Amino acid sequence: MRLYMHYLAIQFKSQMQYRTSFWLLTVGQFFIPFSVFAGLYFMFERFGQVQGWSFYEVALCFAVIHLAFSFSECFSRGFDAFSTLVGSGDFDRLLVRPRTTALQVLGSKFEFTRFGRLLQSCLVLAVALIHLPVAWTAAKAVTMLLMVTSGVMIFTGIFMLAATLCFWTIEGLEIANIFTDGGREMAQYPLNIYQKWVTVFFTFIIPFGCVNYLPMLYILGRADGNGILYMLTPLAGFAFMLPCVLVWQFGVRHYRSTGS
Amino acid sequence: MITLQGISKSFRVAKRSAGMRQAMKALFVREHAIVDALRDISFTIKEGEIVGYIGPNGAGKSTTIKVMSGIMVPDRGSCSIMGYTPWQERRAYVGNIGVVFGQRSQLWWDVPVIDSFELLRDIYKIPHRSYAGNLDLLTETLGLGSLLQTPVRQLSLGQRMRCEIAASLLHGPKILFLDEPTIGLDAISKIAVRQFIKTINKEKGVTVILTTHDMSDIEALADRILMIGNGTLLYDGNLDELRGRFGTHRTVTVDYRANATPLDIPGASLLSWSPERAVLSVDTEQVLMALVIARLSEQVELVDVAIETKPVDELIVELYKEHRI
Repeated sequence: MRLYMHYLAIQFKSQMQYRTSFWLLTVGQFFIPFSVFAGLYFMFERFGQVQGWSFYEVALCFAVIHLAFSFSECFSRGFDAFSTLVGSGDFDRLLVRPRTTALQVLGSKFEFTRFGRLLQSCLVLAVALIHLPVAWTAAKAVTMLLMVTSGVMIFTGIFMLAATLCFWTIEGLEIANIFTDGGREMAQYPLNIYQKWVTVFFTFIIPFGCVNYLPMLYILGRADGNGILYMLTPLAGFAFMLPCVLVWQFGVRHYRSTGS
Repeated sequence: MITLQGISKSFRVAKRSAGMRQAMKALFVREHAIVDALRDISFTIKEGEIVGYIGPNGAGKSTTIKVMSGIMVPDRGSCSIMGYTPWQERRAYVGNIGVVFGQRSQLWWDVPVIDSFELLRDIYKIPHRSYAGNLDLLTETLGLGSLLQTPVRQLSLGQRMRCEIAASLLHGPKILFLDEPTIGLDAISKIAVRQFIKTINKEKGVTVILTTHDMSDIEALADRILMIGNGTLLYDGNLDELRGRFGTHRTVTVDYRANATPLDIPGASLLSWSPERAVLSVDTEQVLMALVIARLSEQVELVDVAIETKPVDELIVELYKEHRI
């Protein structure tokens, strides 16, 4: 962890070398999801609600998934940008250092400009929380925290899978975007507005539904049955991480035996 | 300290052929060729040696270095370095070695060198006291003083290479792998780097394995040469042996006070002659050099004598020729 913080510090220092570019990108990152959110707002202006969901409830969904996405893009950027590391051969360098490859890849790149997006998501979250009539308890606050971390886990997991693909082919990245960008777009709405198979896919295969939709039912007091179960659904994100790490390790082994 | 036994490694390489039709076909069916990068490589290196690892491009030098540094797993064979099998206990093992890839940087580009060093301290978990000690020593011997505060991107190649070498020695490794450490350096930097490699070898007993295409590196540093070609180890011995094998001829250039009679030295053949200068070829297996010099000084008033050995480069080319690589 100490090492991770050190990586963070040195990368921050590096990015600060290019301040103008940093500020421009950060502002840009603030406005990209902002336009999406504005679209959301106008849609609700027109229709009032979507399948029984109010604007602020959807905003909560939106904020959680975007928060998770910005955290992942900032702190797991190393995996997201892994193709350059393999392409340039710098991955060999990581292998001659006495630390795990995963930690070193994480430390190889951070994208601090995503703070723009992060800030925007925080604002949306604040707006949603102020307007939603939720009786807050400690358990609900913990759930909230779990939701975001779980989302980070899932996005990072997908980044890792995409990165693993780089051991076989350098140009395989677009496929992963279907799941990261696509998943993010889908999961900014409550999952039950979609077709059944979409819901199933994003609950059991890539558990985005467990990040915001299901635990949100608990927070909003809409869950029927055992509330604890709903509260703990974000743990699915942590479970999702496990096979991703295994696949990553398999990829590293493949790389070391073929050196492609 | 280092023992390789029957190391072999082959790669599957996709065949790419010219032409639109072939390209279309390659979209669906790829033809592969098997390339043997290493065939049955065995050697031992003792502690404190400096070994030059040479061979033409694509001969398998880098692959061997990758196997020895734990990056790559070979198909067959065993390798024991300081009691470790590099690719099995990677994380435990790599703390004992330093690796410099001449063509790639391990420093963080946009920050001062010292920041990279401090990050490496954490990566290798170097205790503070030995870090400070090593840093002082390296700063002094490599003359890094003012460079430490400079961002890496502003360093010249020679300055950067000195920092790279320092970076790979911060954790006090027992073995140093240098992959083309002098590539692209100017004469002064080259000599500084060589000098330093010698120093750490002598004073800290670091075992050094270096690959290079610059034979003067080998001449200045290596006690021993390993030559590889087409994945096979072709030569293992010291430079003098190699010289003895191919180069018993010396070229002797003599300058003397004006003399009208051509020289006549038994055992040496005259390559060129003028009233002030002559160039002779001497086969040291046929005649002693001392005798040649003695004869020379009898016949003329010597001003200057230069004896040249065949350059190492040429020896290597002959060695390559002999093995048809």
